[in-house]
Amino acid sequence: MKALLIRDIRLAVRAGGGFGLGLAFFLIVVVMVPFAVGANSELLSRIAPGVLWIGALLACLLSLDRLLALDFEDGTLDLLATAPLPVEAALSIKALAHWITTGLPLVFAAPVLGVLMNLPLQGYGWLVLSLLLGTPALSVIGTFGAALTVGIKRGGLLLSLLVLPLYVPTLIFGAEAARRGATGADVSTPLLLMAGISAATVALMPFASAAVLRVNLR
Amino acid sequence: MSLWEYANPVKFLRLSERVLPVLWVLAISSVVVGLVWGFFFTPDDIRQGSTVKIIYIHVPAALMAINAWFMMLVASLIWLIRRHHVSALAAKAAAPVGVVMTLIALITGAIWGQPMWGTWWAWDPRLTSFLILFLFYLGYIALWEAIEDSDTAADLTSVLCLVGSVFAVLSRYAVNFWNQGLHQGTSVPVTTGQRSVADVFFVPLVVSMIGFGLLFLALVLYRTGTEIRIRRTKALLAREGRN
Repeated sequence: MKALLIRDIRLAVRAGGGFGLGLAFFLIVVVMVPFAVGANSELLSRIAPGVLWIGALLACLLSLDRLLALDFEDGTLDLLATAPLPVEAALSIKALAHWITTGLPLVFAAPVLGVLMNLPLQGYGWLVLSLLLGTPALSVIGTFGAALTVGIKRGGLLLSLLVLPLYVPTLIFGAEAARRGATGADVSTPLLLMAGISAATVALMPFASAAVLRVNLR
Repeated sequence: MSLWEYANPVKFLRLSERVLPVLWVLAISSVVVGLVWGFFFTPDDIRQGSTVKIIYIHVPAALMAINAWFMMLVASLIWLIRRHHVSALAAKAAAPVGVVMTLIALITGAIWGQPMWGTWWAWDPRLTSFLILFLFYLGYIALWEAIEDSDTAADLTSVLCLVGSVFAVLSRYAVNFWNQGLHQGTSVPVTTGQRSVADVFFVPLVVSMIGFGLLFLALVLYRTGTEIRIRRTKALLAREGRN
């Protein structure tokens, strides 16, 4: 398991792995927003939590189609499926690797971009906390989408169509927590609900992902 | 004699050929009766005027939009558990009907909302969850279209339907939490038995609901028959090609 994790992270970080691409995309999306809505700092600070959340979500989505497709093409997935390690565990590890290389950097980058978006001072902690708790769910749900579309040529667009509706509850609670944090309101309810969703998806989604991956490898 | 007998495509086709003509007549006549009664033989509402009459399309379509997904969920479960091909094909056949019902509910809702609430669209929980349901339908249909092998497609879409159902329910409550809305509560609460719609409006509404339900059933049976025939043709063509 550890070997698989290290391998996946190494592949993602090395040249051509697309590490940093998600981060750069996040940066660009957030930078584009003021051009689109105007540089009014009051407006920007009001929409900052939502923009940062949607940016993180899109950046997560961007790297999903590489998650399993390359391993599918060169046969690594077939090997993994026949290895003694359960497919559920292998996919959990892959989701973890995706989170470490995509979700975690986004969490660290978010406060820096928060400065650009004029995020109120009290919002930073809650923004980071909500992203830290929410991005694992994004990775795990995304792994399910990647497992669904792994056999399809040019499945990237289909992948986003399938995955984005599944992201809705996480996004709602995550962005709500960040927004309430920025305005100084009580954040515990949305934050706890989102943590619940995150924990439940991390625990249960690998089973669904493994089920569809087995079908695709048949 | 059990229900599972009709998992055999031949028996299913024979039954649906016998049932369908009756079903079509019943469905179309009750939709027509419900709509004509509703449109022309009910009084105008005191506050809403004649705009209230869109309820005879809006409510039944919304009802069937949700029930179509529910039927797909049951059919997907049957396919995953018992591997009856007819069940998978019925789920496939129901999806486009469901998406059209969802679209009808959304559009009539917008047309109704414009004079009543002064807006075509509001991010109200009910409206929003219907829009999300629409997205789920789109993803489901797109996945069916994208995969060539029909058994693989049936398996994948069934799992997607199960997972999607969980997330659709989650979204429903998340959206409720996120924004309080304009839309009134349910007009026909089954549990309390007290309803907010007067009898003059309610009776044609029920007729219309029954009509939409029968129409959905007829469409799904018909489309499932078509899917079975398509698959049979493909099998025949494949056999010819090999000989």
